[in-house]
Amino acid sequence: MGAGHAHRLYRHGTSPVHALPPHAKLAAAFLFVLVVVATPREAMWAFAVYAVLLAAAARLARVPAAFLLKRLLIEVPFVAFAVLMPFVAQGERVHVLGLSLSVNGLWGAWNVLAKGALGVAASVLLAATTELRQLLLGLERLKLPPLLVQIAGFMIRYGDVITDEMRRMRIARASRGFEARGVRHWGVLAKSAGALFIRSYERGERVHLAMVSRGYTGSMPVVAEAVASPAQWRLALALPCSALVVCLLGWIL
Amino acid sequence: MDPVSTTTASLEVSGLAYAYPDGHQALFGVGFTLRRGERAALLGPNGAGKTTLVLHLNGILGGGTGSVTVAGLPVGKQHMATVRQKVGIVFQDPDDQLFMPTVREDVAFGPAAAGIKGAALEERVRHALERVGMAEFADRPPHHLSFGQRRRVAVATVLAMEPEILVLDEPSSNLDPASRRELADILRSLDVTVLMVTHDLPYALELCPRSLILSDGVIAADGPTGDLLSDEELMRAHRLELPFGFDPRAVARTTHG
Repeated sequence: MGAGHAHRLYRHGTSPVHALPPHAKLAAAFLFVLVVVATPREAMWAFAVYAVLLAAAARLARVPAAFLLKRLLIEVPFVAFAVLMPFVAQGERVHVLGLSLSVNGLWGAWNVLAKGALGVAASVLLAATTELRQLLLGLERLKLPPLLVQIAGFMIRYGDVITDEMRRMRIARASRGFEARGVRHWGVLAKSAGALFIRSYERGERVHLAMVSRGYTGSMPVVAEAVASPAQWRLALALPCSALVVCLLGWIL
Repeated sequence: MDPVSTTTASLEVSGLAYAYPDGHQALFGVGFTLRRGERAALLGPNGAGKTTLVLHLNGILGGGTGSVTVAGLPVGKQHMATVRQKVGIVFQDPDDQLFMPTVREDVAFGPAAAGIKGAALEERVRHALERVGMAEFADRPPHHLSFGQRRRVAVATVLAMEPEILVLDEPSSNLDPASRRELADILRSLDVTVLMVTHDLPYALELCPRSLILSDGVIAADGPTGDLLSDEELMRAHRLELPFGFDPRAVARTTHG
């Protein structure tokens, strides 16, 4: 699709990964995450191989490592929880640098960290190579409930409109000398949020009216049909399939 | 299009009365007829029932008394899909009208809902966008367009359905003078029946030879736009005011004499 449509997560490119149909990529990323989660946490080498597989995919997509790593930061809040686990978990303990750590907790933390990081990396890679609109088409193609896909589509369309409305309300507040300083002003902010909700709700009603006026009867007409060739499926599924081999080896060894 | 509809009127409204569920009565027996290809303005103060009337034209509101007929087809449950294709409503806020992620998909929405697919659909979209001069913006998301461009795309979304009658709700609101003129040029170039709901009296005079004044739920006046706007008593009685310094008679002299 054309210029000006890109989301911040998306990185424009013409690599073979970009060219894959969205539903193939979605299926590949989903299966990859499933395989990673199903791997025993003791098979540490397997996770290293997964990371290498992802790096190869990123290279094929011409997504630079720095871009991918920066996007991984979204994981940090979840990691904070994992870091606590060795301190609070029960069972056998080891002493490292004068700290008493639970062995079970260490394994748990590693488990969350490794699987989380790989899952996020796979999603980031998917988002970097697939436009939002394409992702929605892919979900539709994978037979996700159409209502969910429609809701996601409206979120994308109206996210900016509502953010803009919020910005205008903030400017209007500020123009009349309001500044949020502490708890006393939370009431005003809460009322603004309420007003924004009602405005959005009413907009929803108007949008529905406009849709019905153009013949909407409950399902979105399919405008663009995405088709994947067997070769494209093979390329997309190469990632989860090689991961599956690693996973099986992890269980056997 | 069947041969009968070329002889019948585009829109016939007769004896239309409607009260909202909360008891507020908005329309008290509205009746008028629009000939095919006619451009008419529906004028009236706020709260006169204009929006209520518009929502009756494609059957979103109904259940009161009276009837609406579009190209010989009564508006009612059994013809709803056809009626909504024939009556194209352009709403006031283009952000309400343009709900799909890209311009192309939005313009395709109506025809696709009517079952048109593939190359025919593509052709409809291209043609509709060309008529409003927005063909090169097909792949853009609507929220990246200027307000005037969005209004034009909103018109295209309705044109793509090849309507019998185009109903515009406040088409000139929030437009800068250049966008306003561009929209006027587009509307003049279309060969469809147009009903324009507006407060913008000079715009009505510029575009519509005929005007209807809706006031307190009835059609209070129906005639040539220039005559109605020049009738000061009538205008005052229905809370219609011309912009400062605007003289409809002077405009009529420069355009007709």
